[in-house]
Amino acid sequence: MEQREIVVIGGGPAGLSAALQAAHSGARVTIIEGEKRLGGQLIKQTHMFFGSHKQHAGTRGIDIATLLENELRALPNVEIILGATVLGYYYEDGALTIEDHEAFRLMIPKRLIVASGASEKFLAFPNNDLPGVYGAGAVQTLMNVYGVKPAQRVLMIGAGNIGLIVSYQLLQAGVEVAAVLEAAPQISGYLVHASKILRLGVPILTRHSIKEALGKHTVEGAIIHRLDDRWQPVPHSEQQITCDTICLAVGLSPLCDLLWQAGCAMQYIAELGGYVALRDEGMQTSVPGIYVAGDAAGVEEASAAMVEGSLAGLSAALSLGYNSPADEELTAELRQQLDDLRAGPGGAKIRSGLEKLHPTADNPKEVT
Amino acid sequence: MLPTASLAAVTPHQERLARGAVAIVECFQEIPCNPCATNCPSQAFALVSDINALPVLDWDKCIGCGICVACCPGLAIFIVDGSGEQGVVRLPYEFLPLPEVGATVLGVGRDGAAVCGATVLRVQNSPAQDRTPIIWLQVPPEHIMSVRHFKF
Ligand SMILES: Cc1cc2nc3c(=O)[nH]c(=O)nc-3n(C[C@H](O)[C@H](O)[C@H](O)COP(=O)(O)OP(=O)(O)OC[C@H]3O[C@@H](n4cnc5c(N)ncnc54)[C@H](O)[C@@H]3O)c2cc1C
Ligand code: SF4
Ligand code: SF4
Repeated sequence: MEQREIVVIGGGPAGLSAALQAAHSGARVTIIEGEKRLGGQLIKQTHMFFGSHKQHAGTRGIDIATLLENELRALPNVEIILGATVLGYYYEDGALTIEDHEAFRLMIPKRLIVASGASEKFLAFPNNDLPGVYGAGAVQTLMNVYGVKPAQRVLMIGAGNIGLIVSYQLLQAGVEVAAVLEAAPQISGYLVHASKILRLGVPILTRHSIKEALGKHTVEGAIIHRLDDRWQPVPHSEQQITCDTICLAVGLSPLCDLLWQAGCAMQYIAELGGYVALRDEGMQTSVPGIYVAGDAAGVEEASAAMVEGSLAGLSAALSLGYNSPADEELTAELRQQLDDLRAGPGGAKIRSGLEKLHPTADNPKEVT
Repeated sequence: MLPTASLAAVTPHQERLARGAVAIVECFQEIPCNPCATNCPSQAFALVSDINALPVLDWDKCIGCGICVACCPGLAIFIVDGSGEQGVVRLPYEFLPLPEVGATVLGVGRDGAAVCGATVLRVQNSPAQDRTPIIWLQVPPEHIMSVRHFKF
């Protein structure tokens, strides 16, 4: 059984920031990432990010990953384990089971920070099991991580930021985008992202959805239809689209299996993407010593994920006695950054989700 | 889809347009973002602490340097110059191949529809731009507020 001081699960922006902050505070940190490189979602993001200077706004996602990684690698009190997946958490003794290059490891951390990110939602429609129906994340991985042109002509489902950005990146890779469909009356992604693809001639069809995929062995097209005010298909509004790939960008849900296993009090909050753990201001869950940050705590943005990660890293280190006179000021500053990021109309959904997050009768565990 | 009504609010008056290059900031939604304001060397953007606030540009302070064009993650800033006999539009262009200087291209509008023919005057791609090249297009002066992309 290996002993560790602070273990961070996940090497995305939240986990990287958590590890950095905890290490800066003086704690010994181990970060475990299932992929072969650090960065999480950031390694697929070739576009410039929003936010303010403090969250590296105007820098491309991939370059933010490199910045954070270099900073982390320069610290002597950080251990980085790549290509290793945390399989389970045993609440009886607080042990993590890890699959590390076909070896099985058991690790007991004094503090655990879960920054495992989110998984893509799927959509039910006839023939959605045809090869050629992808999640937007997979298309992005093929294109931006492996340099593979994923399609000739894509139909994108979902006009949130992910659908709009992946459409733009497909166009950059020389792929045609037949249309972007959005079931809601308005797009939920940023207007500036929509404008980028509109001026490239891609139609964004609101109140539209996919009826079925067409094709014998692989996707050859799709039937789409219009939706009315009650989200019901409008009769005779079907239209046929020719495409070899259908890309789904219909949302994410927090990856929180390990938090369930640990017995953390969980609550279903649609605005945050699904079940999320209750937590205090320092991102500690209802189980003392277990912290959560980033998309695993509620699907949001990398900017907020980084700040939440720093908060979690700071409070985990503090609880181990690694304190400095500047901690109070830093905590206040991080909380202010989160409030600022969530202050605008775009943050309304997150704000309302976070307001609902509290202990209830079904969820009696006190958050301390 | 695009709140084009807001376009009037970001269009400088005729006299300023005729004076020379100026930034057109087509950012119409409050999002948590502010690199335009923090990177402008002339402090031409109103300084506000709320990063969700819409950018507000003082056209008289803007010198049309174009720094904000390449650092805007929304690719929502364009530089227009209505001072010469021919108009000039500078726009961000993150595609390959880049056009050749002197090439004739088709200028398109915000909806991707053709607007007019255009000539490539300059291809700006310095390391400071961090892989967001800026293309200078010569267009008829009446189209400087319409051409926002091009095809070739
Ligand atoms: C197309 C697209 C565009 C985006 N654009 C922007 C943008 O412009 N601005 C912005 O701020 N945000 C953007 N985002 C959102 C941003 O990428 C995410 O919010 C952010 O990456 C979340 O960070 P995270 O660290 O919580 O999770 P992730 O980045 O998802 O990282 C989680 C990591 O944990 C690892 N992991 C999970 N489980 C385990 C386990 N059991 N064992 C070991 N490792 C594990 C995963 O492999 C992954 O690397 C975009 C997202 C997408 C998909
Ligand atoms: S063009 Fe230059 S001076 Fe004008 S707003 Fe942009 S950065 Fe500032
Ligand atoms: S940098 Fe671009 S997207 Fe961001 S606020 Fe300024 S104009 Fe809008």
